[in-house]
Amino acid sequence: MRFMYIVTPAHAVPPTPELMDAVHKLAEREIKAGRMLGSGALTPRTSGAQVRITAGELSVIDGPFVEAKEVIGGYAIFELKDKQEAVAKAVEFMQVHRDHMPGWEGTCEVRAFAGP
Amino acid sequence: MTAADIHRTIVSVWRIEQPRLITSLSRMLRDVPLAEDLTQETLLAALEHWPATGVPEKPGAWLMATAKRRALDHLRRGKMLARKHDMVASDMEQEQQAMPDLDSSLDDDIGDELLRLIFTACHPLLSREARAALALRMICGLTTEEIARAFLLPAATIGQRIVRAKRTLSESGLTYETPSGEQLSERLASVLEVVYLIFNEGYTAARGEHWLRPQLCHEALRMGRVLTSIAPHEPEAHGLLALMEFNASRIAARTDPAGEPVLLLEQNRALWDQLQIRRGMLALARAGELDGADGFYALQAAIIACHAQASTADETDWPRISGLYARLAAIIRSPVIELNRAVAVGMAEGPEAALAIVDNLAQEPALKNYHLLGSVRGDLLHKLGRFEEARAAFEAAAGLAGNQREQELLKRRAAEAAGGAPKPV
Repeated sequence: MRFMYIVTPAHAVPPTPELMDAVHKLAEREIKAGRMLGSGALTPRTSGAQVRITAGELSVIDGPFVEAKEVIGGYAIFELKDKQEAVAKAVEFMQVHRDHMPGWEGTCEVRAFAGP
Repeated sequence: MTAADIHRTIVSVWRIEQPRLITSLSRMLRDVPLAEDLTQETLLAALEHWPATGVPEKPGAWLMATAKRRALDHLRRGKMLARKHDMVASDMEQEQQAMPDLDSSLDDDIGDELLRLIFTACHPLLSREARAALALRMICGLTTEEIARAFLLPAATIGQRIVRAKRTLSESGLTYETPSGEQLSERLASVLEVVYLIFNEGYTAARGEHWLRPQLCHEALRMGRVLTSIAPHEPEAHGLLALMEFNASRIAARTDPAGEPVLLLEQNRALWDQLQIRRGMLALARAGELDGADGFYALQAAIIACHAQASTADETDWPRISGLYARLAAIIRSPVIELNRAVAVGMAEGPEAALAIVDNLAQEPALKNYHLLGSVRGDLLHKLGRFEEARAAFEAAAGLAGNQREQELLKRRAAEAAGGAPKPV
């Protein structure tokens, strides 16, 4: 099964070099293990845009919402056996954050691709 | 968390860590089958402890420490120690020093070890079936039951296959090392063959009611990706990966909602997985850069790339495909490849030219029970308006197909031909 991970930091604090280093090592290991298919960093959520439909009204809300240029989230696509394995991977990934950047807060959303 | 949840979590974590556990123990023990046994024991230990203590904060480090402790215990138990002491003494010292540093798992480059492990699991001394089972067990971390389910065989059969294979490896006293030079390409061929066997077993499920078993495809793809990252200079590893990525990119389009097979040219190309196609193109390009464009797997991948790049069936570059088949036929003489070449020639030059190739294959003993020969022949005859002959060919082919879904498809084609309907497509 294929999974999308979407990582969103809670605060506008840039990742420390230690964290970046640990995340890169983890990513390299996952690529070599054939589990990670792709990944990328995303520019801050606050400088993006949102297109919404609410009560039949379509609206475009264009960023920047607040000035917070340093916050970078990211996404990754993994091919794994099942949701349990996907969650175990996400837990490991977040543990790396806790170990290498105390005080970091945020979420890692795990979503399975539809289909076989 | 229920007990079942914890159990599943443990198995998931173990599966993720398993290749690193087994490679580390193999390095310590110089004995892959034993390393595999102890890795399994480590899983049992986790299953025993974690439900009571909870999943440790760093489960991978817990598993590694436990596995290494078991390996050390094993070495201390007499005989083994005497025989292997010299070999492992210095390694062990390093290992022990590394053990307290639970973070070191991220620094471990297991590439070379994993490659060694793959070469061992896929040793030509073992039968192809044994190699496949052993690779799924040792590289992919599948349980005996999962492998048995994937191959539609009783768990006892797979269990025996694995035990026998491990015994063969133990008794042969094989050195645990990566082959080099000429031996390397020979041994690599044996590895690629196994990976492709696993992929195909999943992709065109030869038996059973389902047309494909995706888990085997995914495991094979994963092994292919591992191989290209740890043996990046081997063009055929990239070629095989490209071939598998392209084929897998069509998985969602290969069956309709009722589970009926949909043939390539009739598939909804919007369902083809573009991420996977891009990955396939990259791997194929890499094989070409390494002078491997005419490799067995790279050529097959190049053929499928032609399909992957055509946004509609009509845009398919059939002359190029038939040229690629001719190159493939030049490096390996195989009636199955010749049959595929006939299909491409049929599309490029017309059914007449193709039928000539197919009729040449009629006496081929290897194809006597091959249902696709009749299927292709029926299709060509149908296009030529020779309906009665087409019907007979499809019916004979249906009798030979082992897969229920394929049988039904062929019977449908026979009925269409009997009705003298113009060929669809």
